[in-house]
Amino acid sequence: GLFHLSIVVLCPPLTSDSISTVLAAATITMKLTSTVCFPRQEIMKWNGWGYSDSKFLFNKKGQAEFTGKRYRLSGMVLPSLQDWFENTFGASVNHKSPPALNASAVPPASLNEAFVEDLKATGIPFSHEAEDRVFRAHGHCLHEIFALREGKKFERVPDMVVWPNCHSDVVKIVELACKHNVCLIPYGGGTSVTSALECPPEETRCIVSLDTSQMNRILWIDEKNLVAHVEAGIIGQDLERLLNESGYCTGHEPDSMEFSSLGGWVATRASGMKKNVYGNIEDLVIHIKVVTPRGVIEKSCQGPRMSTGPDIHHFILGSEGTLGVVTEVTMKIRPIPEYQKYGSVVFPNFEAGVACLREVAKQRCAPASIRLMDNEQFQFGHALKPQVSSIFTNFVEGLKKFYITKFKGFDPHQLVVATLLFEGDRERVLQHEKQVYDIAATFGGLAAGEDNGQRGYILTFVIAYLRDLGMDYYVVAESFETSVPWDRVLDLCRNVKERINRECKERGVQFQPLTSCRVTQTYDAGACVYFYFAFNYRGLADPVHTYERVEHAAREEILANGGSLSHHHGVGKLRKEWMKESISSLGVGMLQSVKDYVDPDNIFGNRNLL
Amino acid sequence: KACTPNYSPGRGWPTSQTQDGFEDILEERRNSSDLKYALRCYAPVLYKGVTPCKANMLKNIVLQSDQLRYVINQVSQESGEAPDIIQEEASVILEEMAHRLQISTVRFFAFALSKAFKTLFQHVCVNEEGIQRLQQAIQEHPVVLLPSHRSYMDFLLMSYILYTYDLALPVIAAGMDFMGMKFVGEMLRMSGAFFIRRSFGGDKLYWAVFSEYVKTMLRNGFAPIEFFLEGTRSRTCKSLTPKLGLLNIVIEPFFKGEVFDVNLVPISISYERILEESLYARELLGVPKPKESTSGLLKARRILSEDYGSIHVYFGQPVSVRSLAQGKVNRSTYNLFPRHIPRKPMEETQSFVNDTAYRIVRLQEDNMVLKPWVLMASLLLQNLEGMELSVLTEQTVWLRGLALSYAAFLDWPDHAPTAKVVSSSLALHRGLACVSGGRVSLVVGEPLGPVTPEEALFNRAVSVLSCASYRNQVLHVFLRPAMLAVAMHTAASSKKNEVYNCFSFLWDMFSNDFILCPGDTVQDFEEACYLLVKTGAVQMPQQDIVMTDIGQPTLSFFNGLLEPFLQGYQVVCRYLCEEASEGLTEKQYIPAVRSFAHSVLCVFTGNLRCYEVLSSDMQKNALAALLRGKLPTQKALLARL
Repeated sequence: GLFHLSIVVLCPPLTSDSISTVLAAATITMKLTSTVCFPRQEIMKWNGWGYSDSKFLFNKKGQAEFTGKRYRLSGMVLPSLQDWFENTFGASVNHKSPPALNASAVPPASLNEAFVEDLKATGIPFSHEAEDRVFRAHGHCLHEIFALREGKKFERVPDMVVWPNCHSDVVKIVELACKHNVCLIPYGGGTSVTSALECPPEETRCIVSLDTSQMNRILWIDEKNLVAHVEAGIIGQDLERLLNESGYCTGHEPDSMEFSSLGGWVATRASGMKKNVYGNIEDLVIHIKVVTPRGVIEKSCQGPRMSTGPDIHHFILGSEGTLGVVTEVTMKIRPIPEYQKYGSVVFPNFEAGVACLREVAKQRCAPASIRLMDNEQFQFGHALKPQVSSIFTNFVEGLKKFYITKFKGFDPHQLVVATLLFEGDRERVLQHEKQVYDIAATFGGLAAGEDNGQRGYILTFVIAYLRDLGMDYYVVAESFETSVPWDRVLDLCRNVKERINRECKERGVQFQPLTSCRVTQTYDAGACVYFYFAFNYRGLADPVHTYERVEHAAREEILANGGSLSHHHGVGKLRKEWMKESISSLGVGMLQSVKDYVDPDNIFGNRNLL
Repeated sequence: KACTPNYSPGRGWPTSQTQDGFEDILEERRNSSDLKYALRCYAPVLYKGVTPCKANMLKNIVLQSDQLRYVINQVSQESGEAPDIIQEEASVILEEMAHRLQISTVRFFAFALSKAFKTLFQHVCVNEEGIQRLQQAIQEHPVVLLPSHRSYMDFLLMSYILYTYDLALPVIAAGMDFMGMKFVGEMLRMSGAFFIRRSFGGDKLYWAVFSEYVKTMLRNGFAPIEFFLEGTRSRTCKSLTPKLGLLNIVIEPFFKGEVFDVNLVPISISYERILEESLYARELLGVPKPKESTSGLLKARRILSEDYGSIHVYFGQPVSVRSLAQGKVNRSTYNLFPRHIPRKPMEETQSFVNDTAYRIVRLQEDNMVLKPWVLMASLLLQNLEGMELSVLTEQTVWLRGLALSYAAFLDWPDHAPTAKVVSSSLALHRGLACVSGGRVSLVVGEPLGPVTPEEALFNRAVSVLSCASYRNQVLHVFLRPAMLAVAMHTAASSKKNEVYNCFSFLWDMFSNDFILCPGDTVQDFEEACYLLVKTGAVQMPQQDIVMTDIGQPTLSFFNGLLEPFLQGYQVVCRYLCEEASEGLTEKQYIPAVRSFAHSVLCVFTGNLRCYEVLSSDMQKNALAALLRGKLPTQKALLARL
């Protein structure tokens, strides 16, 4: 109810300008079966994560529920969540901090009239409605969502939004932007967590948000070479669904795949959950087409590997919208796997779990996905177990718990769980499964069933919804990630958690924070580690500032412990200050000279990265 | 009853801190059963990240560590020996080194030491707040205990105190000398001592075993690690220039991210009377140190019949290495090199460790409890011909005021008349000073039979050096203003920059004799000015530094305080200019300079009374100052002195 209300409040009466937008939207949505439609705020929250119909709430009985119909957890009652929530954070379901609705406080649009005139002539739809602009003024960093909820005014938002429909539309827009000296900020799925979508407050030119969502077609599929040519605005789940219809998949499944776009993956060097089978985005792309102020960059052929100097794709991958707009991508596809199987292993402690993952990586037998959750996350996962209707299931659960904690002597406050996902033909999956479980056994791991494994992966998709629930009750939360050599994984995890705890204490956080981590990817030479960090902010004057200082300290700790600045989230504006330290000032100079050549007038002026 | 010292809080300098009150732990021992105490339940709190492991499991962890395996392979390649043989060598080294801490031995010591301490000492006072801070620190982080080192007693005393307060017992780095004492060596091993060879310069394997052994205990939180930054017992009671080897080892796991933090705890152990008092003086004069032996120890029983006053043990504020290193050491420079391969610390790290070591020793100094006797000794040494008791008393009171205004941690008995304080100090130290006919003078040992002039000189020197070891305890309080006083005295004018140049010269010259933190010259100069101005001895109009009308006593006391050092350095210089031949080796230097000093002293007994130049400690420090090369040539030095 609350969110529907907000949309009603936000939608001003139709004016002549917005009619064109809506009409355009109507035609497009009829033509395509896109999951994310044109004015996205109709189905998505404007001040939180995901779909408007899906959210956690505590019902009148005080029990947690997940609304909607979209997820496996949807419509279920989660009886243990309240206890976990109150015990972990010292929060109470009676202390509510609901969002204040004040999105009308949007700075007025400063339009470049000449640009608008020329743009009108092209027939490309655009809008300068407040809600369109605000929706594209942010990603999903804590400070951004918090500001939206509190009704705080953004210092700078895009002055208008354009919706190109294809590559040549983008070429036109970029040409016009150069001609009229307008700042362009490409916008894909809007799931950035690095302040990459934030408009630089010092930008005085008109800022145009270039929304790629209408460029969402698969242009062709080449079954001989197993590649597909796709427009870069397509959203992950649509791409997967459309390919599935032809019997294929990309296998690229970042946690944000419901909302993030192909172009966004390229621009941030995204990583997918199943990279062990399919590779990360840089392994998947064969060809990229990018529109820059200097013109279009692309290669002349689709050779699978080339020795033609440094790979120009690597200037594009991770460029974070500073060089141009990715419009079309040719990427590898694979036949849909015959068989999929989840699995899980319980280890007595985190050390044993990490040792097992290291061994699996060493033997190069990692399943499509293997993740190790620490004890905090294991308990969190348990809190999300839906109500069990049958007494028998209850009994079996109890028996399992008894076996692991009493018979095997695992300490419930130490044990950790690894979740697994196997893919391939049935026979090989079973063989592979045995190999991995055998390795796990040598590190004291016990197989803990498919169900636990699957639940681990569901958590991935609902965790962002949970942050919104937390914010309803004075809890702020965020995640961050890094990659680190194997021998430093344990030290890094311990030191970063300790640093967070210590910083929170020093900064006056009244309650013990939740710090939790999981190893989400394995590589030959190291791993990707993902941290969750949340605390109850009651009693703090400026929780976002406190949060930011703590995250800053945590990142310093990561770097001091041999971790990287980012594994897949990117740098944006949030982590710019460490770029020199990370890649040397000479390295920054190299990137800068590419930027200066490709975009001398800083048309792509989001100021990310450098 | 707690003995609470007088102190004046903070003097506005970073090293100073508010000091706590003390509790006498012997009091309870005098009123309840020692046996019960030795057998009581002992359940200390442990480090929260402890990996439980037995002492012998430790050895396996060390022998199988990547660090050690790497060095074993390296040594094997260099020497051509099979890795198995090197591994065996490593295992032998570890066997010789490792402690076998067990609670039963500690209980035995708890019992025996209770008996001994009650006989030897009036009080053993410990600051309880310090104990509470330590207990907290032990839970949070690996802890390194860094006591001052004045006596063999130190480490037994430390373990005794920790046992008394139910704190985790430390493992202690001890010199191999103790291993000479068959039975006792093993007893010490079982009470937590591990033994290190005095020198193992280039022995890679030894270094690897040793450092990995210490780091393993630190990382696993096995026990607090205790060692003496000064490396050896200070024979002069001045703090010694810190040694960096072990400190480097315990700090490295922090830089490498293997532990979140390491806490360093400076501990100051002050003895009212040192058991080894006259032994030290003889040793400094060239009588060889008696070898540690069990029979020697048994002979030493006679010391049990004497009164050694009180001991004060002050547990300082734990110092977080993480906070210290903030902004000074970039830990990410460790990212590009495998952590198990031994590497020489980077320059940045080395200077950090060096600076840390000095600061810790200064913290030890600051928290040393001073007795009235150290003030009296300072005065007596400036009046070797003896003083009227009344003058001594009067000047001691004056000096007490000065010391307190410089934040000395003085334990002056409450509500006792000064005359009583002076007389009871003299009574306790009757072996050093005596009163006859209302005059106080140093006691010179009178050997039976005829005395040669050399023997007379030797005896005189023993009593001066013994007395100096008490004066030395107060030097850290007065050092900076005293150097300023000397600088004012020697500078050609009262211009501030000229005085500073002289000060800086003295600072460089004395940096082996005293604890002067590297790079602190300016800060020390300002501190000295601040203190002298504060006590009204000096005023600083514009760019000048001049003595005030009432400054004379203070400045002349300070000049007198440093005079033995200045004269001593002068004699060494004269020797090097007049006598030393080309090709003098360091081994020949000490006896040669000693006999030169002897001859000088025998000729000029009248006006040159720098007996302290006979001390090998001063001879070495003077030579080191000259060798450091920072100083002008010897002739120029002589001219300036």
